[in-house]
Amino acid sequence: MIDWLTFIPRAVIQGVPLMYGSTGEILTEKSGNLNLGTPGIMYVGAISGVIGSFLYEQSCGGAAENMNGFLAVAIPLICCLGGSALMGLLYCFLTVTLRANQNVTGLAITTFGVGFGNFFGGSLIKLTGSEVPSIALSATSNFFRATLPAAENMGWFGQIFLSYGFLAYLAIVIGILASVFLKRTRRGLHLRAVGENPATADAAGISVTSYKYLATIIGSMIAGLGGLYYVMDYANGVWSNNAFGDRGWLAIALVIFTIWRPAVSVLASILFGGLYIMYLYLPTGMDNLAVKELYRMIPYIVTIIVLIITSLRNKRESKPPESLGLPYFREDR
Amino acid sequence: MKADAKKKEPLIHITRRKDVSLLRSIVIRAAAIVLALIVCALVTTFLTGENPIDVFGTILSGAFGTPRKMWVLGQEMAILLCVSLALAPAFKMKFWNLGGEGQILMGGLAAAACMILLGSKVESGAMPQWLLILIMVVASIGAGALWAFIPAFFKAKWGTNETLFTLMMNYVATQLVAYFVILWEVPKGAGKIGIINQSSEAGWLPVIGDYKYLLNIIVVLVLTVGMYVYLKYSKQGYELSVVGESERTANYVGINVKKVIIRTMLISGAICGVAGLLLVGGTDHTVTTTISAGRGFTAVMVAWLAKFNPLGMIFTTFLLVLLSRGANEISTVFSLNKSFGDILTGIILFFIIGSEFFINYQIHFRKSHKPEAAAAVPAEDPHKEALEQILRDAETAAQSVSKEETK
Repeated sequence: MIDWLTFIPRAVIQGVPLMYGSTGEILTEKSGNLNLGTPGIMYVGAISGVIGSFLYEQSCGGAAENMNGFLAVAIPLICCLGGSALMGLLYCFLTVTLRANQNVTGLAITTFGVGFGNFFGGSLIKLTGSEVPSIALSATSNFFRATLPAAENMGWFGQIFLSYGFLAYLAIVIGILASVFLKRTRRGLHLRAVGENPATADAAGISVTSYKYLATIIGSMIAGLGGLYYVMDYANGVWSNNAFGDRGWLAIALVIFTIWRPAVSVLASILFGGLYIMYLYLPTGMDNLAVKELYRMIPYIVTIIVLIITSLRNKRESKPPESLGLPYFREDR
Repeated sequence: MKADAKKKEPLIHITRRKDVSLLRSIVIRAAAIVLALIVCALVTTFLTGENPIDVFGTILSGAFGTPRKMWVLGQEMAILLCVSLALAPAFKMKFWNLGGEGQILMGGLAAAACMILLGSKVESGAMPQWLLILIMVVASIGAGALWAFIPAFFKAKWGTNETLFTLMMNYVATQLVAYFVILWEVPKGAGKIGIINQSSEAGWLPVIGDYKYLLNIIVVLVLTVGMYVYLKYSKQGYELSVVGESERTANYVGINVKKVIIRTMLISGAICGVAGLLLVGGTDHTVTTTISAGRGFTAVMVAWLAKFNPLGMIFTTFLLVLLSRGANEISTVFSLNKSFGDILTGIILFFIIGSEFFINYQIHFRKSHKPEAAAAVPAEDPHKEALEQILRDAETAAQSVSKEETK
């Protein structure tokens, strides 16, 4: 039987990168930009944070005592946000200003971003000429993983709700804030209008270009945090190439799963996090190793089934933003 | 007044070019590639400290340095081109087949399955080699086509989002391959299959002369010409481009859109299956979860950059493969990570994607207003004349309507 007390925290930990990725992508898609570059942007966010904190740890001699807790968290955070914002900016420049095809641009960003992450992950030590065997930022990671001191004494409650680093809670907060923003604020309404029908929004005096730029860049920054969480919290500050895997694509799939609602994506991400590690908990027969590989299909098959079901229901609410994937060119009407 | 005029007329304004001359588009693309190469060289210099001119030398020697390297270049081009050919008809139909990876994997898996399960029959002489290869061809094509058929069916029937569907099918295929790799692993616990039928070479595609990669290159060249003819001169090729331009038009002129979607995707998946067959039967003689090595995605960009023209794709694959082979050489020489090639590929893609804008659109800068000219013009609304014309037109129209009504 599944041990829920260990399963739920692990599902949450798996879910947090997906939460960041899908919230960022929802915000982006609400502006009409289908950013397939998110997987790459998450890599860039992760490696930017790693580069920042690697340089900081090196300058402190790698000893935790010399490090300032605030700087140890702030430097990777700022690097991560900066790196992913630049990627979002590049995407916007190509698709909004230069009106390039969104799918192709997104895939190019992903190729570049994943390559960028793996390249610097694999070459950072050589490039900086330092003498450590591998990138293991355990001192920085400890700051990211710090939990409330009382959490350990609170039994199952502490284990399920209080055992995570601050980035996990930030993900939930951002998800809820994004939901409120889209549903309850004027700017959120404007953003949705831009995604649904940019020509009408333009006629109503909303600046389509600036909404698209801002939504995509902020969305990219949120997605980038998912990569940072993965390295600093989940992986204990150890970078290994391609370890982040396909989580970026799953995050994009989650956007459809949640029908473009960030608050739902918080729960759905945890659910997917659970599906992601389900294979470790399902019973296997004699041939256990091979069957586990089949179990790992579960999240993808569930996504496919959800895709099919949403297309079958064909309700208005479950439709993507009307202009998703299309460039807007004012003079083209 | 002057400030007003400036406010009304933005600094730049952009119009779509009506007709794009071939020369112009070639010049702009070439300029973009040159710029991209310069940026690539600068990035390389920044990271390795090598003189930018030498960087190009290293890239070229990585691609053409030895006959072996040139064969590898040809082989890499052939496989990437094969996948791009597969994706082109789907994209031309505006069906975003991002499932190339999965379709290649399934083709490769099917070929490997035949080699493993039927290899012993060839060894014992119960089955001739040509029959096994024939079975492999059919199985690979079938498996690739099946993997493309599933999303195509749901797209045609219920409009299910194909971008994500095909994407997810990649991971299902990856896990399926992972499952069989463990099932067939040699020796047990190795986590990989290793070279299949090493001694008997059963199911290995024939080698022409001494050139291991020649067969792959010939097969892909034939496919290239075939796809060019199919897209340009066949009725089916025309139908899929009509569906891509406008599904409504296609419906109106009596094209069965569902049939076209499914048929085109079957072709797309089948050719991906061929790529898997060439990889497993022709070069690797084994199957792993990473045989396609991201080609399913790179091919999307190759096909798009060449505007789905198979002959143009030869050039775009050449460019990308050249760069990635060269980057490989750079990372070997400077003992850097192999992903360096992806960074350079990304840079060159950004430039070419961006250059499309300058081919399709024209930028007009605001003409500088001479101060005295602005003062000489009376303070009159520049749109006044046009507005009056519109009003006059409206009046005449209204009059004619009322006349008709009185009739």
